Amino acid sequence: MKIKVNKKILERNEDFAESNRKFFKKKNIFCINMISSPGSGKTTILEKTAKALKNKINIAVIEGDLYTEFDADRIRKTGLPAVQIETKGACHLSAQQITKALHQLDTDKLDIVVIENVGNLVCPSDFDLGETARAVVLSTAEGDDKCAKYPKAFAQADVLLINKIDLVKHLDFNISRVKRDAKKLNKDLKIFEISAKTAKGMQGWFNWLINAKR
Amino acid sequence: MHEAIVAQNIVDTAVAQAPKKGGKVTRVVISCGQINALNDEAIKFGFEMASAGTICQGAKLKIKHIPLKAVCKNCHKKFDFDLYNPKCSKCGKSDFSLGDDAPLLLEEIEFEEQQ
Ligand SMILES: Nc1nc2c(ncn2[C@@H]2O[C@H](COP(=O)(O)OP(=O)(O)O)[C@@H](O)[C@H]2O)c(=O)[nH]1
Ligand SMILES: [Mg+2]
Ligand SMILES: [Zn+2]
Repeated sequence: MKIKVNKKILERNEDFAESNRKFFKKKNIFCINMISSPGSGKTTILEKTAKALKNKINIAVIEGDLYTEFDADRIRKTGLPAVQIETKGACHLSAQQITKALHQLDTDKLDIVVIENVGNLVCPSDFDLGETARAVVLSTAEGDDKCAKYPKAFAQADVLLINKIDLVKHLDFNISRVKRDAKKLNKDLKIFEISAKTAKGMQGWFNWLINAKR
Repeated sequence: MHEAIVAQNIVDTAVAQAPKKGGKVTRVVISCGQINALNDEAIKFGFEMASAGTICQGAKLKIKHIPLKAVCKNCHKKFDFDLYNPKCSKCGKSDFSLGDDAPLLLEEIEFEEQQ
């Protein structure tokens, strides 16, 4: 006996993603899902973004890590509200976890919600969280061949932050190669070269974020 | 794609769709896109793990890869997008527009004929 199913696999995640998307729309919140390998500088970028923008717009952060509350604590020190999700071993955030985290935030006055996904350049790409935009962070120390090796993360992003450009002088990292490879996959990708440490290039990212919200 | 979770999802759906009288699953057909792509080897392995001890144990898994159509902006050639070699098949340029990628779909489940 043959049964035609024609059902989306991962439908459960998509249902939650869709309801998050509706929620953001209704509340007029811009939500950005940040994806990268561990240690590329996501939390540092967010700390600096918080300091620069907290008096201009209302931002909240949802932090995803396998264990610990470290990153949410780092964000709270900047004065922003933050919710930590501990995935207890899972390699990505799911839309349902975001739905839950949103309940722990006062979302009435929020302009932007940033989700720092679990450090992993592979799995988080497969899980729609209902975000408005997706950012991928690649740090120079990871090497300039990563767009070609992990195409999906770059193909699905709206913005690419090439971080730690202060280190380029110590590395064989070809920024034009990264940009060329990324644009091949995704010609509309917006690319910023930044250093969260020295603040170089960060203004462009801040402006993008503020404009995206509008 | 995240093959382990996808495999678990397939088994869960098949179990939920099983006819009341029971019966084993003999074949499952799924399809995926090019960005929403599955690795055949990984999904088959994941399915084997997830189906152990369920009505899906031993079932055949067929995976269809649906092409993603792209149109070159330079020479207007229509071609199948390849994530690992993203360029026009005719002129080699990387400026093209993409259609919609196929979603991950559980298409059909075949159950053993009941006497
Ligand atoms: N040199 C340099 N180090 C950075 C930069 N951004 C972050 N780091 C360092 O990289 C390490 C990992 O940063 P973190 O923000 O925790 O990365 P995450 O795992 O992506 O959240 C920390 O030691 C940061 O101080 C940068 O632009 N330049
Ligand atoms: Mg972090
Ligand atoms: Zn062409």
